[in-house]
Amino acid sequence: MTLNGWIQILVFCAVIIALAKPLGWYMTRTFNGEWTFLSPLLRPVERVLYRLSGVDEHREQNWLSYAVALLLFNAAGFVILYGLQRFQGSLPLNPTAMSAVAPDLAFNTAASFVTNTNWQNYSGETAMSYLVQMAGLTVQNFVSAATGIAIAVAVIRGFARASTKTIGNFWLDLTRSTLYVLLPLSIVLTLFYVFCGVPQTLGPSIDVTTLEGAKQTLSIGPVASQLAIKMLGTNGGGFFNANSAHPFENPDALSNFVQMVSIFALGAGLTNVFGRMVGDERQGWAIFAAMGTLFLIGVAVTYWSEAAGNPLLANLGLDGGNMEGKEIRFGIALSSLFAVVTTAASCGAVIAMHDAFTPLGGMIPLINMQLGEIIIGGVGAGLYGMLIFAVIAIFVAGLMVGRTPEYVGKKIEAKEVKMAVLAVLCLPLAMLGFTAIAVVLPTGLSSIANPGPHGFTEVLYAYTSGAANNGSAFGGLSGNTLWYNLTLGIAMLMGRFMVIVPALAIAGSLAAKKIVPASLGTFPTNGGLFVGLLVGVIIIVGGLTFFPSLALGPIVEHLAMIAGQTFGGGG
Amino acid sequence: MAKTQTSLFDRHILFPALGASLRKLDPRVMVRNPVMFVVEVVAALTTVLFARDVAVGGADLGFSFQIILWLWFTVLFANFAESVAEGRGKAQADSLRRTRTETQAKLLAGPGRTPFKVVPGTSLKVNDVVLVEAGEIIPSDGEVIEGVASVNEAAITGESAPVIRESGGDRSAVTGGTQVLSDWIKVRITAAPGSTFMDRMIALVEGAERQKTPNEIALNILLAGMTIIFVFATVTIPSFAAYAGGVIPVVVLVALFVTLIPTTIGALLSAIGIAGMDRLVRFNVLAMSGRAVEAAGDVDTLLLDKTGTITLGNRQATGFRPIKGVSERELADAAQLASLADETPEGRSIVVLAKENYGIRGRDMNQLHAHFIPFTAQSRMSGVDVEGSSIRKGAVDAVLTAVHASGTAVTPTGAVQTLRPLVSMEAIREVQAIADEIAKTGGTPLAVAKDGRLLGVIHLKDIVKGGIRERFSELRRMGIRTVMITGDNPMTAAAIAAEAGVDDFLAQATPEHKLLLIREEQAKGKLVAMCGDGTNDAPALAQADVGVAMNTGTVAAREAGNMVDLDSDPTKLIEIVEIGKQLLMTRGALTTFSIANDVAKYFAIIPAMFLAFYPQLQALNVMRLASPQSAILSAIIFNALIIIALIPLALRGVRFQAIGAGALLRRNLLIYGLGGIVVPFIGIKAIDLAVTALHLV
Repeated sequence: MTLNGWIQILVFCAVIIALAKPLGWYMTRTFNGEWTFLSPLLRPVERVLYRLSGVDEHREQNWLSYAVALLLFNAAGFVILYGLQRFQGSLPLNPTAMSAVAPDLAFNTAASFVTNTNWQNYSGETAMSYLVQMAGLTVQNFVSAATGIAIAVAVIRGFARASTKTIGNFWLDLTRSTLYVLLPLSIVLTLFYVFCGVPQTLGPSIDVTTLEGAKQTLSIGPVASQLAIKMLGTNGGGFFNANSAHPFENPDALSNFVQMVSIFALGAGLTNVFGRMVGDERQGWAIFAAMGTLFLIGVAVTYWSEAAGNPLLANLGLDGGNMEGKEIRFGIALSSLFAVVTTAASCGAVIAMHDAFTPLGGMIPLINMQLGEIIIGGVGAGLYGMLIFAVIAIFVAGLMVGRTPEYVGKKIEAKEVKMAVLAVLCLPLAMLGFTAIAVVLPTGLSSIANPGPHGFTEVLYAYTSGAANNGSAFGGLSGNTLWYNLTLGIAMLMGRFMVIVPALAIAGSLAAKKIVPASLGTFPTNGGLFVGLLVGVIIIVGGLTFFPSLALGPIVEHLAMIAGQTFGGGG
Repeated sequence: MAKTQTSLFDRHILFPALGASLRKLDPRVMVRNPVMFVVEVVAALTTVLFARDVAVGGADLGFSFQIILWLWFTVLFANFAESVAEGRGKAQADSLRRTRTETQAKLLAGPGRTPFKVVPGTSLKVNDVVLVEAGEIIPSDGEVIEGVASVNEAAITGESAPVIRESGGDRSAVTGGTQVLSDWIKVRITAAPGSTFMDRMIALVEGAERQKTPNEIALNILLAGMTIIFVFATVTIPSFAAYAGGVIPVVVLVALFVTLIPTTIGALLSAIGIAGMDRLVRFNVLAMSGRAVEAAGDVDTLLLDKTGTITLGNRQATGFRPIKGVSERELADAAQLASLADETPEGRSIVVLAKENYGIRGRDMNQLHAHFIPFTAQSRMSGVDVEGSSIRKGAVDAVLTAVHASGTAVTPTGAVQTLRPLVSMEAIREVQAIADEIAKTGGTPLAVAKDGRLLGVIHLKDIVKGGIRERFSELRRMGIRTVMITGDNPMTAAAIAAEAGVDDFLAQATPEHKLLLIREEQAKGKLVAMCGDGTNDAPALAQADVGVAMNTGTVAAREAGNMVDLDSDPTKLIEIVEIGKQLLMTRGALTTFSIANDVAKYFAIIPAMFLAFYPQLQALNVMRLASPQSAILSAIIFNALIIIALIPLALRGVRFQAIGAGALLRRNLLIYGLGGIVVPFIGIKAIDLAVTALHLV
């Protein structure tokens, strides 16, 4: 590890901390329907949209109507995306005449983009037409992120409101997060990426002659615009298969830095929205601090492990950390940081191959996802995931102050606990369940590239990434098979909607409760003690669930590595 | 109720509990406790597999046998914990039953005291009227409708001093099983057979009617959820192991599963609940539901009646304030004389003060040929006529009116004429000034006049109970706001409130005001506790989240509250809150401990489990346990023994300290969180050493 590396990491943290407050302020005003500096421009558009779609701005929904509206909207998005892929051959904007996407891959891709996962079992530049990329994938990049933000805001309202049945209006929240938050920021970022040298064109691929005189086809397209929302919306689906390791998708250190920042920006801002809406910004900072603590632990372990490198290679005289699978342009520190950022935040974009990380370096991204993408997390999803954990942590330890546990003035009772447990249950079910089946089925095993624990990790990583709606691939696993397309698709849908519905149910139940005023007897949830408690509960509950699988994957691989053993054969 | 302390493990409780632990293995009983039910199911499953292995001759039979044995012990220990907790209640119920003998009742047919028919007490219906005479046992719960009697209520309160029960007023409720010592009363029966206070008490302490409380239900859901998570974590292991080319025996998987699921708290949860109720009962408070005990822990606002709770029941004289030209001794002498025959506590306190401060001895009223004028609501004065002079003491305005009247006469012509200008306007003003001053400090002024001449004012003061101020500041540190309820005027109330250190007061309170205040607090999201005894308290008692009715109170009050204090001591509210908090804290502490324990168990079992095919994982064996089998056995033994080890804590409860929620949580997190992580590392290692030394594997 170098001082330079740590400075880069700390500068990144500082920028995120600085952005949380202004973004939180802006989003709070937006979702409260208050005036912002973009209102003169966007308010008329918003009103026209409501009139066209027949949405009554002044009608709020209870949690069930909110959930039903959300599910219907997502179901429609799924069907459209599936249709676009299946019929892309006969649809316009297909200059390279790509044919229809296979049904299982189309299912997987539709599930992947609707759930904000952006797991890609295809190469974007060779499988999807411009129409699918723009009208299908990019649209979902926006609305799946907007859906996440909407849920987060609805859940926050549950905590902030008292004695009411409603938690907002899904259509309003969806429209506002797209129109006021994602679109303006994406436009700014697109222009910035173009400035950095990212292509933005509808023209066909370019054939060039290299210096050696060989012919090469350079894929280009509307890259910058997709890149902007890919990061901002923690989607992670790259225009190119190489994702942000591709020079057209990430030209230089500046674009790389801005990409990392834009992954975390909205998630960090939402913690501030939480604080503002419940009337105590410190509550938001406490959540942010818990996320930050887990994040820094992850970065430290990954960076340390990558910088330490592989002793097997060191014995051969290859010093200087693990550079395998990393871009020379970014190096170990930034690749480690990016890997932790992208998996902590459910983004899934990559600038280095996680498969080629050291075992422990690759384990951190895995753990980040197994914990349920709550470290900043997917836009919105990270916050409501963290709040669910907060409910559990408060319930367990809050009893120790001798009161029925309360969080921001809301009593945590049977109904909230039931829903929180349901939400927490579905992730290990999907992650461990599918892995357990895949590693004994021949059809699952045949896709594994490496033998031994590393191959196991590849499968575990795939289902973990899917269920956590991350979308990053460990690599080494051929995912485009009938088995993986279907099961990963199902894991993604489980990981998304089996969390959303209980989260909204919690919001509904909390909104109906009174707010208990804080007293000396109330456990303060805006200080360091709470942060420590929350981090502890997350590590213990999350760690306990996945410890056996980690022991059989990265941990044993790491122990073997330092013992100088390899799991040869195959591959 | 007998106030005897049963030790944690009394012989009379221990042996029946052992039998009960076995009886509770019935799955129909076990299913009420999801975590332990799951343990029982897997224990049964492994037993069947073991039987098969014995039949066909499997490997490692001795090891499997021991694991299975400890699985069953885990279940039995849980049942034992519950049985011990129940046993302590049963012991109390038995002593209650012994006091309840078969009674005969004199059922009255008409309005008179005769004729009556002798019927068995158990045949009485609601609204029957019975006669109970001296020496007889009151056959059932009821309300006195005629007569006054002294009643021995030791059967339920353990207090042998007799209490007065009379018709009308706030002391009209009588309890079945108590004994009339003198006089007679007519009692209208208010409880149906089998649902009397005594029956309910027995059922409560036995835990027969125990229902899970809201917080207990929520905790059970969490524990069930964690159990399911660990089902996922363990059932996927065989497949992961198969990938690595290994096989995991079922008994080892079961051992891992049982050690991971929160068995510690699962086993002790109901014992904690029963023990919480039990602590209240020992404290002579009967909670009608567990919900009320939990609510007590959550109380934000405490409404306390001033008289009897914050102040001693009676006002006491603390000073004599003469007007100009009168000596203190002269005033004290007159005041003492006027109070000699006054048997009220106020009157007696005047005599005592006069003696203490001025050495004025008591005088015999008969020798003085004094004529005592008692206090009436109309005159609002009392006094004495002696040796030709008359002395009056009483409410300031009443005395002033009286002296004014004595100095004036109405002439036959109808004109008011001053005869003897004994009372100067100056003296009146002076008395009024002193009175105002006393009232401002929360005291009550009593004016004294002799032969129509004003002498001065006696300062009567509400004496705030010793130590009550500290109790209130302790409550404040717990985050509980105290509100004093009083019928006094706001000025007096404010002074006493300041002296006692309550946070707020409600002056000139009527029952309606009380109810309104409770509703207001509740609308703000607060939980309110109060105690009361009168019929007019009933609506407020019913509205409050924790309503403690005094046992001496009316039937209506007792029905409306959700707790009954058998000692009728309103300050107990404070302890009730602490017991409620203790109950919740104990649950939280053991849940945290239980979950934190899992870390060490993983480090014991995971390396042991996978060692056969991944020897590298030996590095995770941080405790350096002797062998894979001893590691697994030690973990499961620890998991079972910790239940037994924690039974005393579950029954006693985690101590509550009013040090603020943050500090309290930090302390408990250190003990039960961090301790929960560290203790099993030590425990499992120690057991492993023993297991190896004894060659158990």
